[in-house]
Amino acid sequence: MQSALLRSQIEAALSHRYPSALTVRERSTPEALPTGVAVIDGMTGIGGLPRGALTEICGAASSGRTSVLLSLLAKATGREVCALVDAGDTFDPQSAALAGVKMSCLLWVRCTGSPHSTVRSTQDRNQPRKKRADLSIVEQALNATDLLLQSGGFGLIMVDMGDVSPQMARRVPLTSWFRFRRAVENTPTTLVILEQEPFANSCASLVLRLEGIGTEWARANTAPAHTNLLRTLTVQAKASRVQIGTVRKLAPAQTFSAHASWVAD
Amino acid sequence: MTLLFACIFVPDFSVEAAVRAEPEIRALRQKPVAVLDGSPPLQTVMGLNDRARALGVELGMTKLQAEVCPAMVLRKRSVAQEGAAHAAMLDCANAFSPRAESTASDTVIVDVAGLEHLFGPAAKIARELARHVADVGMEANVAIASNPDCAMHAARGFAGVTVIPPRKEAERLGELPVDVLRPPVHLLETLDRWGVRNLRGLAALPPLAVSERLGQSGLRLQRLARGEEQRTLVPAAEHFRFEESIELEDAVELLEPLSFLLNRLIEQVCARLNARALATNELRLTLELEGHEDVQLHGSTKRIANERPLHERVLKLPVPMQNAKTFLKLLQLDLQQVPPGAPVKRVTLAAEPVRPKVAQEGLFAVASPEPERLELTLARLRNVVGDATGARVGSPQLLDTHRPDAFRMVHFMPPPRGEGAPLMHCAAMPLLAARRIFRPAIPAQVRLREGIPSAVIFREKNAQVVTASGPWRTCGDWWRVEAWSRDEWELTLECDQQVALYRVFRDVKTNHWFVDASYD
Repeated sequence: MQSALLRSQIEAALSHRYPSALTVRERSTPEALPTGVAVIDGMTGIGGLPRGALTEICGAASSGRTSVLLSLLAKATGREVCALVDAGDTFDPQSAALAGVKMSCLLWVRCTGSPHSTVRSTQDRNQPRKKRADLSIVEQALNATDLLLQSGGFGLIMVDMGDVSPQMARRVPLTSWFRFRRAVENTPTTLVILEQEPFANSCASLVLRLEGIGTEWARANTAPAHTNLLRTLTVQAKASRVQIGTVRKLAPAQTFSAHASWVAD
Repeated sequence: MTLLFACIFVPDFSVEAAVRAEPEIRALRQKPVAVLDGSPPLQTVMGLNDRARALGVELGMTKLQAEVCPAMVLRKRSVAQEGAAHAAMLDCANAFSPRAESTASDTVIVDVAGLEHLFGPAAKIARELARHVADVGMEANVAIASNPDCAMHAARGFAGVTVIPPRKEAERLGELPVDVLRPPVHLLETLDRWGVRNLRGLAALPPLAVSERLGQSGLRLQRLARGEEQRTLVPAAEHFRFEESIELEDAVELLEPLSFLLNRLIEQVCARLNARALATNELRLTLELEGHEDVQLHGSTKRIANERPLHERVLKLPVPMQNAKTFLKLLQLDLQQVPPGAPVKRVTLAAEPVRPKVAQEGLFAVASPEPERLELTLARLRNVVGDATGARVGSPQLLDTHRPDAFRMVHFMPPPRGEGAPLMHCAAMPLLAARRIFRPAIPAQVRLREGIPSAVIFREKNAQVVTASGPWRTCGDWWRVEAWSRDEWELTLECDQQVALYRVFRDVKTNHWFVDASYD
């Protein structure tokens, strides 16, 4: 009884600076942005990727990352403005158009330079700032993301670092991810990072690992070779981290397929 | 309705026009300033302020004579700056009434009859007019009277704000000297010989005697002195040319000091747009550069007939804007991307006037970036990725061709809030296998077995082909230089125990192999 009284007195004294200083704030489940992939929407527990949080989608080449990215963009650009920071300049507008992405609502930032140039080390950061054109693609991508987050008004910001080598991405300071998390918090923006391995650690609310587990061909191993058409790309998805509001449960791995455009037609 | 006219008069107009575009305008007003006209070495003083007069400088002095005075600031006369200053005065007058007369370069008369209901009493209208003129960088005398000429003479004669009530014109104007009326020299000499020094003396003369001795012009002068002259106001034709310029004594080499000048010009243009309740969707910056033969000029720099190179930049804005800070930042970022190739001698900024866009946003409209902020963000993004041509930041637009990876970048301009698709779920579409494009395509070495690829070496790695599909020949634009023809393969490659699906093609013309995309 006395402790409750003390607590209310302290809270009252601090209320002008910190409202409810000693009360644990209950985390509410954030709104979700559906990806258009039912398997992934189900795995997150909230029906899509969380808004106001950082999500990492990881996987190697041909793991279905880009297919999920385009599906997400197709869903999001139908109703809000989206931005894609393309570190490796690998976005394919033709695939995007087929997937249903509304181009007029998509801001595409194409970073320039070699994906194999390095991020500046701590020692380098003490050196005078380089010219903008000399920034590595990762630095360009991080700076561009910063600007987009500060600008506000974007429903989805995607950072495609899928072709950036893990060695290079690992050099991104953790403070950058913290900054992104803080910037996106309490906003309706969904921040998605596409990469080969997860690097944001606790800054990410959701980490999805994708893995290509096979391809289906129309007439595999038959001659002539041009009759052998790609049908589907089978992908296994697994959530390795879920910290979305009150949702903490990791769902079991599930598979889904990405179809070739002629199959979809 | 009572007739009421306001006159805006800028004393020492040439000086005000010369200093209003300068960043240190306040400091300059505290110094003796003289404006020189003519070509060197025959430059003479054609305008000066009170502080310069106090030092003994007079009109018609040579530059050498004026320079003798300590702390004297000399500026070259600029007809363009005087034109812009006069246009700014008209803009201020038009903010109150469309019936504004361009009486002289330093004088504008505006019909303010009936404006009491909008702005309050005459004194308040006069104060507001003076404030508007101050906003565009000039100090003006404002007078209000029942006829245009009386208002004009009061503005020329009395400093600050003056309001002359009806039927008090002769009494108030009486103390002014005769030369306020700017009579012909011979009349002024005659009046001086008669001992008539002020308007009261002129007004008191018997009209018949004045008519006999000075004729109709003398009578008109007397009516002006009594404040009785009535005439019809001749409103100036509407002109919407929002252009400000500044010519520099010493060329500016760095972008930072240039930003101060730009800021001043932008503020002037914005104040003028604001006075007319307009905005702009296009800013045109023209930098006149110092002409040296050894100066290396950039791509967007061209020479004009008199061999002084120009550096022109045009900022097209997706929505009408009126924010000086946004304009300054956009111009700064643009100049960082495409800097002038030589020191700047003259800066000219012009704005295309358009009506400001007024739209009520829907309560349930989906959030999108604010247009002004978005434009600034786009400029910063271009700066980050080193995009001077607009090819790296924007929206992709597919081209009507079968050429692989054919698209162009257009300026990103999302649909206005509330005009996009309604808040509803899109129709369910099957998930498509997307491609990632390698730009440029990666050169590869391909080993064939029975005409089908069996191994691919690219990015210094040797990958074995697991599944091969193809070839499909695509070609096009055969009638143009950039004709293309290629045999495409879809290959599942295994390398370092990782399997991935790539699109590989052989250029038919060169017989070289490339990896240009991966399925992901």
